[in-house]
Amino acid sequence: MRFMCMVKSSETWRAGPPPKSLIEAIGQLGEQATKAGVMVEMGGLLPTSAGARVTLSRGKVTVIDGPFTEAKEVVGGYAVYNVKSKEEVIEWSKRFMDLHKEHWKGFEGEVEIRQLMEGPPDCQ
Amino acid sequence: MTAADIHRTIDAVFRIEQAKLIAGLARILRDVGLAEELAQDALVAALERWPESGVPENPGAWLMATAKHRAIDRLRHGKLVERKHEELGREAEALEQTVPDLDAALDDDIGDDLLRLVFTACHPVLSTEARAALTLRLIGGLTTDEIARAFLAPEPTIAQRIVRAKRTLAEKQVRFEVPRASEREARLSSVLEVIYLIFNEGYAATAGDDWMRPQLCEEALRLGRILAELAATEPEIHGLVALMELQASRFGARTGASGEPVLLLDQDRARWDQLLIRRGLKALERAETLSGVPGPYVLQASIAACHARARTSEETDWVRIAALYAVLAQLMPSPVVELNRAVALAMAFGAQAGLELVDTLMTEPLLANYHLLPSVRGDLLHKLGRFEEARAEFERAAALTRNGRERKLLLDRAAACTRA
Repeated sequence: MRFMCMVKSSETWRAGPPPKSLIEAIGQLGEQATKAGVMVEMGGLLPTSAGARVTLSRGKVTVIDGPFTEAKEVVGGYAVYNVKSKEEVIEWSKRFMDLHKEHWKGFEGEVEIRQLMEGPPDCQ
Repeated sequence: MTAADIHRTIDAVFRIEQAKLIAGLARILRDVGLAEELAQDALVAALERWPESGVPENPGAWLMATAKHRAIDRLRHGKLVERKHEELGREAEALEQTVPDLDAALDDDIGDDLLRLVFTACHPVLSTEARAALTLRLIGGLTTDEIARAFLAPEPTIAQRIVRAKRTLAEKQVRFEVPRASEREARLSSVLEVIYLIFNEGYAATAGDDWMRPQLCEEALRLGRILAELAATEPEIHGLVALMELQASRFGARTGASGEPVLLLDQDRARWDQLLIRRGLKALERAETLSGVPGPYVLQASIAACHARARTSEETDWVRIAALYAVLAQLMPSPVVELNRAVALAMAFGAQAGLELVDTLMTEPLLANYHLLPSVRGDLLHKLGRFEEARAEFERAAALTRNGRERKLLLDRAAACTRA
């Protein structure tokens, strides 16, 4: 089964780049997951200042350019894992967060884990 | 966390760590069976202790340290010393010295150990079935019960198969190593064969079966992806991974709403999994940059890639597919490959070109009961307007197939020939 993990944090944490040591550690963890055959895809997102929102509200479509200063947390990166259980992807995500704990003092955020609806070859 | 939560967490941790654990232990002990036993011991210890103590900060290192302690206990109790004398005595000392060094226990070199483990589990002294079961057990981390369900075999049969395989490895004194250059190619193809067998076992599974069977595809993909990182310079590994990713990309499109099989050219390409296609094409690219004459997996992946790249079935590059089949047929002569080549020739250059090749296969004993031969021939004859001959072929194919839906389809086509 496939899961998408989205890393969310307040954008104030994204004002500056993450510590170099964290980026390296995340790279190593990604390599471990790749070598374990479970990492399908991963990527980081630029700050919301480079993005936009297209909103439909009360029958009206509006486009708002970033940054989204009012947003409490924004997605900063994602990874798609192919694993045997939800617990397994939780374990990888815990390791990911442990790296933040170790390399980025005071960082607060979360990894939201969502199962992908269609993941051929599927086991439904 | 409830006890059940902890157990699920332990399962997950173990799945991530088990292969590395077994591989590391097997290097020290030079005994794969014993290494697996000790890894299991460490799991039992975790199940006993973690519910109370909580999951340790670095669970992988904890498991490795525990397993090593057990290994030392076992060595001290002399069970092994009898068997391996001084050599293991020295190992015991060395082992003891390494125990406090937890970081080193999980160092990067573990990759080499894992590769050794793959080559050992897929050693040619074992039957293909034994290799598959042992690989799923040791590297895939599947339980005996899961493997049994996946292969539709009783659990005791699989358990026996694994026990015997481990015993054979010990008796034949199979070395825990990556084979040297002279035998590397043969040994590698033995590994690839096992992974592709596991994949096909899952791919052939029909809907409604135990979910463990399709799970085999995922396991094979995972094994392939692992191997592709461990032995990154081998083009055929990337070829196999590409082939599996590309075939798996069509998983969601190959059955219709009521479970009937949908042929490749009739599939809704919007349902192909683009992520897997992207991964497959990338793996194929990796294989191609490694130079050398393309092997059978790279060629088959190249053929699959021709389909994956075509946005509609009409855009398929049949000339290239026919050429690839011609190279494949030279590399591994097989009437089934020839039949596929005939189909590609017909698509590229017209039905007559395909029919000429099919006609040369009519006396091939290996295809005597293969329903696709008359089915393909009937299709080509139909395209050429030779309806009476086509009808006979469709009827022959219908009599040979064991699939009810396919039989109906073939009989319908035969009936259509009569009306034509």
